Amino acid sequence: MEKTIDLTLKVWRQRDRKAKGQFETYNVKGISTDSSFLEMLDVLNEQLINEGKEPVVFDHDCREGICGMCSLYINGHPHGPDSAITTCQLHMRKFKNGDTITIEPWRSAGFPVIRDLMVDRTAYDQIIAAGGYTSINVGGAQDANAVLIPKTDADEAMDAASCIGCGACVAACKNGSAMLFVSAKVSQLALLPQGRVEAARRARAMVAKMDELGFGNCTNTGACAAECPKSVSLSNIARLNREFIKAKLQD
Amino acid sequence: MWLTNSSIGRKVVMSVSGLFLVLFLTFHMCMNLALVFSPEAYNAICGFLGARWYTLALTAVLAAGFVVHIIFAFWLTLQNRKARGTDRYAVNVRPQGVEWSSQNMLVLGIIVILFLIIHMAQFWFKMQLNELANVCPDVNPHDGSYLVISEFKNWWMVALYLVWFVALWFHLTHGFWSALHTIGFNNNTWFNRWKVIGNVFATIICLGFAFVAVALYVQYGVLGWEVPQMAH
Repeated sequence: MEKTIDLTLKVWRQRDRKAKGQFETYNVKGISTDSSFLEMLDVLNEQLINEGKEPVVFDHDCREGICGMCSLYINGHPHGPDSAITTCQLHMRKFKNGDTITIEPWRSAGFPVIRDLMVDRTAYDQIIAAGGYTSINVGGAQDANAVLIPKTDADEAMDAASCIGCGACVAACKNGSAMLFVSAKVSQLALLPQGRVEAARRARAMVAKMDELGFGNCTNTGACAAECPKSVSLSNIARLNREFIKAKLQD
Repeated sequence: MWLTNSSIGRKVVMSVSGLFLVLFLTFHMCMNLALVFSPEAYNAICGFLGARWYTLALTAVLAAGFVVHIIFAFWLTLQNRKARGTDRYAVNVRPQGVEWSSQNMLVLGIIVILFLIIHMAQFWFKMQLNELANVCPDVNPHDGSYLVISEFKNWWMVALYLVWFVALWFHLTHGFWSALHTIGFNNNTWFNRWKVIGNVFATIICLGFAFVAVALYVQYGVLGWEVPQMAH
């Protein structure tokens, strides 16, 4: 049986990077509890357009939790109050009729607001470009058993690789630190023989870029991992620290 | 130098200086225990330390450890506030599993330091510094037990110190495992183990300190034992 709810939305509106933003309050009625959070925002935007107002700008793309485009700080949590999902996977059944929902952009010096709820996350692309890849041309795929990889390593590498680079870790961190992201990207390669070769250079280059872009220093609060839509583990940060310290000791 | 100009390097400095201070606390706590059972033994330990060249050298290293830990704490916090940006969240919730202490390490550290200043004025000033420079001629710098017991006879002094130990406990419960995490000495298997070890260790240290403070109060404040005093 379909149920509908009425909501009050407090949405951050900001004209551009330099403008001073403020909250605007909107009411939406008859939202299906089966709809997703972004569909609810679509309804709001339809309503705003029909009233002749500017729709709310927010990032979204695949709407199935794999692209990492959606963001939003909802009621004090990146990707909303539910755990291990992205905003596009958040259902409106998680809210009650008459609720007030506060929707904010990621707030971090590394991710400046472009407009309303959309932030500039190209800093992550720059960190990847600094070394988050293997530069060896490995040719055609080898026989699967040619290079043996322990199952535990393969699993940990895969878990690290599940990071979609959405930026929730930076948004959740009181230090605005990008360590969970960088550590996941370093780990997914450092754990496997193909990526191992360049592990030291990679750790050095990616951390240097991360620092240069003004992200904060990690203090191991664990807010990043707790809010990560892909449940990327905090132990990746210990691995990044290890890789970085080893690389620096070799210099 | 990577220890100062990279984020992980600065964290390594915090980690190593913190672990060093934990070692010092462990020693200090063990030494205090002697006072409950034998003021003479405690004075003997104080005499062994005193203002000898090796103690002065260790004191200098210890002071450097404190200074480095404190300077880096403020430096890192300032950088982190800058990285956070100027706009704060209107609604922000501490996620499940995030320790309160981990988000308030600077505040806890400042509480610890403020008490440390009182503590230094009470004891270090009248003992080691007094022995060195005779800054307090009325006080016998070799009679540590008399000095300590005279303070801990008062219930409010004990209460003040207990507040200190609680702040220290919170600081250590995050600091211990976090230090090992920062130097890369952690993985999925050891994650919860280090947390448990850290909690147990912090509890032993703080309970040890608290035990001495309370025991001295009971012995000399409540039961009214005579405070042993060394002939000047």
